[in-house]
Amino acid sequence: MSTAVLRARGVRKSFGHTEVLSGIDLDVTSGETVVVLGPSGSGKSTFLRCVNLLESLDAGRITVDGRDVGYDVRNGRLHELAPNEIARRRRDIGMVFQQFNLFPHMTALENIVEAPIAVLGEGRREATARAVQLLAEVGLAGREKAYPRQLSGGQQQRVAIARALAMRPKLMLFDEPTSALDPELVGEVLVTMKKLATAGLTMIVVTHEISFAREAADRVVFMDDGQVVEQGTPEQVIDDPQHERTRAFLSRFL
Amino acid sequence: MATTVQEAPPAGVNLDVRNASRRKHPWRWLSALVVLVFAAQLVTMLVTNENFGWDVVYSWLRAESIMRGLGVTLMLTVVAMVIGVVLGVLLAVCRISANPLLRGAAGVYIWFFRGTPTLVQLIFFYNLSALLPQLNLGIPFGPVFASFDTNTLITPLLAAILGLGLNEGAYMAEIVRGGLLSVDPGQKEAGQALGMTNTRIMKRIILPQAMRFIVPPTGNQVISMVKATALVSVIALSDLLYTAQSIYNRTFETIPMLIVVCLWYLAVTSVLYVVQSFIERHYNRGARHQPASFWDFLRIRPKGSAA
Repeated sequence: MSTAVLRARGVRKSFGHTEVLSGIDLDVTSGETVVVLGPSGSGKSTFLRCVNLLESLDAGRITVDGRDVGYDVRNGRLHELAPNEIARRRRDIGMVFQQFNLFPHMTALENIVEAPIAVLGEGRREATARAVQLLAEVGLAGREKAYPRQLSGGQQQRVAIARALAMRPKLMLFDEPTSALDPELVGEVLVTMKKLATAGLTMIVVTHEISFAREAADRVVFMDDGQVVEQGTPEQVIDDPQHERTRAFLSRFL
Repeated sequence: MATTVQEAPPAGVNLDVRNASRRKHPWRWLSALVVLVFAAQLVTMLVTNENFGWDVVYSWLRAESIMRGLGVTLMLTVVAMVIGVVLGVLLAVCRISANPLLRGAAGVYIWFFRGTPTLVQLIFFYNLSALLPQLNLGIPFGPVFASFDTNTLITPLLAAILGLGLNEGAYMAEIVRGGLLSVDPGQKEAGQALGMTNTRIMKRIILPQAMRFIVPPTGNQVISMVKATALVSVIALSDLLYTAQSIYNRTFETIPMLIVVCLWYLAVTSVLYVVQSFIERHYNRGARHQPASFWDFLRIRPKGSAA
């Protein structure tokens, strides 16, 4: 039986007077690839950022691997954690950003080894060997010494994926990983992500790539207006959507 | 299809931009001539006007007292800048922290020290004993462990260091803050997502990138500080200027002594300009635009310009 890596219950979030998330319930089990679809402004990126607490929650609860990222449970109540403890709990959650967010003053290799050495306390040699191997896995063998600006967008995003993988995350979050890429570079990133999905990494992917959802997702979640409208297998949600809003959204991609 | 076939441009060596005749710049030549005339006038004056007293300048240029004054000036610059930079980083971090109390306190500090003249601050510190005759170390409103006489504690040197350093901290804070804010917020998020602590993110991710924006203005601050130390001559600290003043008060060779002072300030600031350009290049690793080479200012036709 597979266990729940992520469990979200009644997650609410507002920016000013605008409610972006109006009660999200979502479970992700170990090894599952969940693709979140939805129109812009539907709250899917915000939800992803709530998972590793880049955004705080207003209400509800999210646990990763059974623990709240930002809170401890004591005497039947949640207690806010100190920043360094939150940092410790983020280690197990990898994130890939729309804008890559590679560190521009470091080479591809330095980008990857920084956190394993600083956060996990790995030795430099060990971390370097693994980084070289990870770069090869994302198809960038030999580009260890390249600075981010010397790489194409697709290559930068693959370095960012390798950087997140170097922390051996239990859960990977992809926040529109191909939206900032030129169309001809989207494919190489999606191929890398499909390999990870096949290899059994637990992934939540926010994307507009319907074809990726169809080919790589175990489950597709459709969000609109801060709510989960429907979810199911790619065949159910993409080919036979039950809700009018899902149909309206998908029709734009046909 | 009835399209008009455009006549092919005649082939020929002369119709290649490589062989195009360059644009003429008559105004540049004219202005160069004007500058030359002024320069010649200046040189003539420097040589013929005996009031410059070049022999006096030469004899005092490396006199021991002057060298000691220069030493004080350099030491003051270094100490005040170190205090300024450390204080500036701390204030800048306070200024952008989530804690409203820290933000407010740093804001008030910067407001006060930038809002009053450095000269007044120096004199204020020098006369601190008039305000607080005793400085006590102990628990606020509680027992006192040690007590100092302000007049013996605050020497002119300490007053100068405090005045210049605390003042510099306020200016550096704004420079550092600007640098920190210029780093894309996504960088911090990437660090957070990797489980790095805030201190680590600041040290390894944000500060190194902010350096590119902090170093050039800091270089200017150092150069300004070299010159600002001349202010301490009002509190009778024997820096370069005060030493020269005490000499010409005796010998009445005012102009030659001031020239000695200027030559030394120029020598120091020139060296600093060179150092600054090298440091700037170091922090530009991975950046799109490499800074111009230090010697580029000597080029008449800048590299890469069309005309």
